[in-house]
This record gives sequence, structure tokens and C-alpha cells, in this order.
Amino acid sequence: MASLRSTSRLFAASRPFFRPATFARSYATVEAGEPANASEPPAKMKSFKIYRWNPDTPSEKPTMQTYDLDLNKTGPMMLDALIRIKNEQDPTLTFRRSCREGICGSCAMNIDGVNTLACLCRIPTDTNTESRIYPLPHTYVVKDLVPDLTLFYKQYKSIKPYLQRDTPSPDGLEYRQSPEDRKKLDGLYECILCACCSTSCPSYWWNSEEYLGPAILLQSYRWLADSRDERTAERKAALDNSMSVYRCHTILNCTRTCPKGLNPGRAIAETKKMLASM
Amino acid sequence: MARLSGLQREVLSLYRQCFREIRNKPADSRNNFKQYARAEFQKHRSVNKKDFGAVEYLLRKGHRQLEMYASPGIRNIR
Repeated sequence: MASLRSTSRLFAASRPFFRPATFARSYATVEAGEPANASEPPAKMKSFKIYRWNPDTPSEKPTMQTYDLDLNKTGPMMLDALIRIKNEQDPTLTFRRSCREGICGSCAMNIDGVNTLACLCRIPTDTNTESRIYPLPHTYVVKDLVPDLTLFYKQYKSIKPYLQRDTPSPDGLEYRQSPEDRKKLDGLYECILCACCSTSCPSYWWNSEEYLGPAILLQSYRWLADSRDERTAERKAALDNSMSVYRCHTILNCTRTCPKGLNPGRAIAETKKMLASM
Repeated sequence: MARLSGLQREVLSLYRQCFREIRNKPADSRNNFKQYARAEFQKHRSVNKKDFGAVEYLLRKGHRQLEMYASPGIRNIR
């Protein structure tokens, strides 16, 4: 699984360079080439097992439904497969998606046991094994692959994710920052809050009510590390209890799973260092 | 009355919360809210009391709806 992860990330990272500039895609389905070739490549059928649950019939148990797709006619990413299933086979399949390029974080789901973004996850070309797609683990399910992230957003709100200042800027125009201070935010500001890391964290599974979880702690550290923010002491005081930060036991599932390649584990460690030197 | 399970008590408490919340609504629309709340509960009367997953889901959904309709901006419901 680890090898699968690293290859898929490698592909995802290098994809934009290989894509020709004229490539304009509007559908998840790859259109057939212009000349009707008699020698069409043999169909590469792959089956996808997808978690289904309908809230309108809450007494029915969740089921796994299997869909078969020809990989030759499908785009390269998991999201393409899902969109194609929704368009052509089963319009009742429900999932969140928006940007299809890993910047919105809507399509976070559990694919083959790894939390990732469907739009950044290549379909494994091995057609003998089926791909299993579940919603994010340990979340309440709204429908099919749609998790209920209300608590996650509430926790994000609780860390006050905005610049807090009391003094106006010297020139009254903007809050300036040295390149070195700006560099501290690299690896933090890229987080898109897809909730992949938080929902992969065993500590968060068992203490989601009180423990903030890696994604929120990464964001929290992003504001602690910001040289322009003046409420650092207040932010630190809010975190200084046994639950908010210290439920992190450096399991590092967050860092392994992050589809953007960030390191929430490091951010949490830095937060702990800041708290210890208070 | 038979002793109620914890889950059943939670359902009843949600029902009561709904009706308490309705008291904060304008007098002329209270009946609409009452009808709506009753209907929402009636819809799922057939759910088996031992089907915990379903009851818990409906409870969560109920709390979400209550939170939404409790906002003072919502003055009437049809």
C-alpha cells in the first residue's frame, strides 16, 4: 500500500508537466479517436466497489455496490471513474466534487484503504483486483460518499483562523513580512482542509469531540507561526490543555495520508515546542 | 408506562426541545411549526426501536434541523 501511495503521488505531482497545453477536457469520458480503427484495443474492465447508503431509507443497512468500467474509455483518475459511473450507470451515486485538480478538497474519500482526494488518485491499472471506495472513516455519513464535516468546520472556527492585530500597520497600507518570516508559512498555507488527515488519525477517531485533529492543528500552527499575528499568547493559552494538542501521539498517519504532501505531524510537534517554551 | 431505553428518552427529549423552541416563534405561525415537527416525527414511526443505527441517524438529523429552524430569521413554515 505504501508503494502504491508513493507512485500515485509521484504521478500526481508530475502530471501537469506531461499534459500538453492544448489538452482541453470537458467530460470524464475519453472520446473515441476520429478514424474508426478496426483494431480497437481490448477492453480493460475494472470493477469498483462503492459504499452506498441512502438516508431516505435509514433502516436499510449500507451496502457495497459494484460497477464495471472499461479503463480505456475512462480518464486516468478515480474521480473520472466516479463521474463516469454517475453519468452513465447510476445517477443516484452521490459524492462531492468541484475542482477536479486537488485544490478544493471536496472529493476526499477512502480509496483502497487510503484517505485521499479522488481527483489526485490514479486508478490502479491492475484490472484483476477491484477498487474499494468508502467515505472518510469515522465520519457520520450524509449519503453514499458524502461525510458530515460539521464538527470539523466547527473546530476550525474555534481556532480563530484569521489575522488578529491590535496595532495598525506603520504605513497604514499593508502588514509587511520579511521573506524569512514568509518562508515559515510554506508547508502550512497549502492545506486545503480536505479532512483526509484528521479522519485517518486514531486519536481523532476516539476523541473527535475534544482533540482538534491534525488538520486543525496545522492551521492553528499556521497562525502561531505568522509573524504578523499579535495574539500568539492568547492562541497558545487556548491550546494549553490536555485534550486540544496533547492527544497527538505522533502516529503520523496524517503525514502519510496527506494528498497535498504536507506534514501536519511536524506542525503539531512545533506547536508542542512552542507550548513547552512558554 | 414501560421503562424507556436511553435512546427512546433521547427521542422524546428531542421532541420536547422542538416544542419548547416553537414557543419562541411568532404566535400566528406556531401551529404550522407544530404540525411540521409532528409530521417529521410521524414520518419515521415505523422505524424499529432496536434499529439503533437508523434511530441515531434520525436523531442527528433531527438535531440539525432543530438548530436550523430555531434561528430567529425563520418566522414561518409551510
